[in-house]
Amino acid sequence: MATSASLSRTSDFFREVVAEAPVDPHLEACLQCGTCGGSCPSGPDMDHTPRALFAMIAAGMRDAVLRSNTPWYCVSCYYCMERCPQEIRITDVMYTLKRMAIKAGYSAQTTAPKAPGFAQTFVDHVENYGRSFELGLITRYYLSHRPLDALKMAPLGMGLLKRKRLDLSPRPIRQIDQLKAILDRAREIDAAHST
Amino acid sequence: MRYGYYPGCSLERNAGAYHTSLMAVAAQLGVEFAEVDDWNCCGATEFIAVNRLRAYALVSRNLALAARQTNGSNGAAKGQLVAPCSACYLNLSKVEHYLSQSPALASGVNNALAAGGLSYEPGSVRVRHLLDVLVNDVGYEKVAARVRRPLHGLRVAPYYGCLVVRPGFQGRFDDPEYPTSLDRLMRTLGATVVDFPLKAHCCGGHMTQISRDVALELIRRLLKNAADYQADMIVTLCPMCQLNLDAFQESVNGLFGTEYRIPILFFTQLMGLAFGLSPAAVGIGKEFVDARPALAKIGAAAPAAAEAAPKRKPRRGDQSLPLPQMPEEEL
Repeated sequence: MATSASLSRTSDFFREVVAEAPVDPHLEACLQCGTCGGSCPSGPDMDHTPRALFAMIAAGMRDAVLRSNTPWYCVSCYYCMERCPQEIRITDVMYTLKRMAIKAGYSAQTTAPKAPGFAQTFVDHVENYGRSFELGLITRYYLSHRPLDALKMAPLGMGLLKRKRLDLSPRPIRQIDQLKAILDRAREIDAAHST
Repeated sequence: MRYGYYPGCSLERNAGAYHTSLMAVAAQLGVEFAEVDDWNCCGATEFIAVNRLRAYALVSRNLALAARQTNGSNGAAKGQLVAPCSACYLNLSKVEHYLSQSPALASGVNNALAAGGLSYEPGSVRVRHLLDVLVNDVGYEKVAARVRRPLHGLRVAPYYGCLVVRPGFQGRFDDPEYPTSLDRLMRTLGATVVDFPLKAHCCGGHMTQISRDVALELIRRLLKNAADYQADMIVTLCPMCQLNLDAFQESVNGLFGTEYRIPILFFTQLMGLAFGLSPAAVGIGKEFVDARPALAKIGAAAPAAAEAAPKRKPRRGDQSLPLPQMPEEEL
């Protein structure tokens, strides 16, 4: 546990990140050992390794952190979390930073600008149908966010269709109204929490 | 044995072969999977990137339905929920664990669930991966007793991926860095299991849609590792891993100038074949990279002439670090 003295040395941005996480990520315990970055499969392609990012969070570098591609390049493989000697919930911090980047309107200016669009399109489909609908997801994501890349995905889409691995229409759940009511209520609670 | 069953979106179509084969195998082993009625998506790795409480509420609706439907009546194991997809397994077990740990989160989630007339008491569902159930509840001995067509001569690279072995939110059933339960299961079926040092490394998940080059490099490493150990195929336990390694193999070959043609099958498909089921009964034929040449080795498919892979010029040199080599491996 961090002492109040060590916490007082952290930035407002650090406290904001911790408060936004679903459960305490123990971020104050970071030793800057770099095990996370060394374990990360996409580490070499990140603007900043997770270790560097945590130092930047502690230093209050809000803008650079929320514009970074690091959270968006996290593949959620949990190697860092498995190996972290301080048991920091690193993957949760990455998800938290993604949400904060979207909320602060940074998502289109991150160095991974395609990623938030993919996440948002996926979420929209799940909220409408209750289940993922891959054909709709890929079509809408490419047409709205990456029209020039749509042709590159066409052979894969055709291959999946030929092998009957894509549905042509969504399969909504029966009680979609129930799910929507639950998600709406959750949105209200979250909004109250954040203000 | 009867369990609650959460198939997840992928198993409905894209990974339909996984669903077909696991159901066929379960029937052979006397295991019954009762699908949770009207389940919804677990949110994969996307929902939680956009929302906080909504992501936890989305998963909790499934936990609430599962708790109600696997309540110990009709012979079902109480609260035991089986997920065959790695992402579903991770999300369900993670949310269950966090709800148990954080009363504040549990109260927010239950407040949201109440809007749909549901509630969930943390601790009432235990999420299990399919592999865990098959090797630990059913057991290797019972699997061995069902084998009618041993997979002799088939060299298999057992691929676990990330989320089934890490981080073990509701406890572990295998090592998080070098798991072996799937190795032993494949040996039980008579297959030769090759060493596969990258067995728990990441396939990239959704990265193919975020940054294609980053994703294809992650996939290339896995294919190279399996090829270095002369595996006839890679077996997987996750729909995302299967899709990435199978459907993007041609893209990897295009980018790196390689000529990999390694079939990627679900472990339950090999179990079914070893039990004597037909390739059609376990969903063989939906893969991008034809599995028939490899399956001909065990007499489960006619030896189809493998299509010659198109010759390519390498566009980019292999700049990766060398992997451990074992040229004269003893069998």
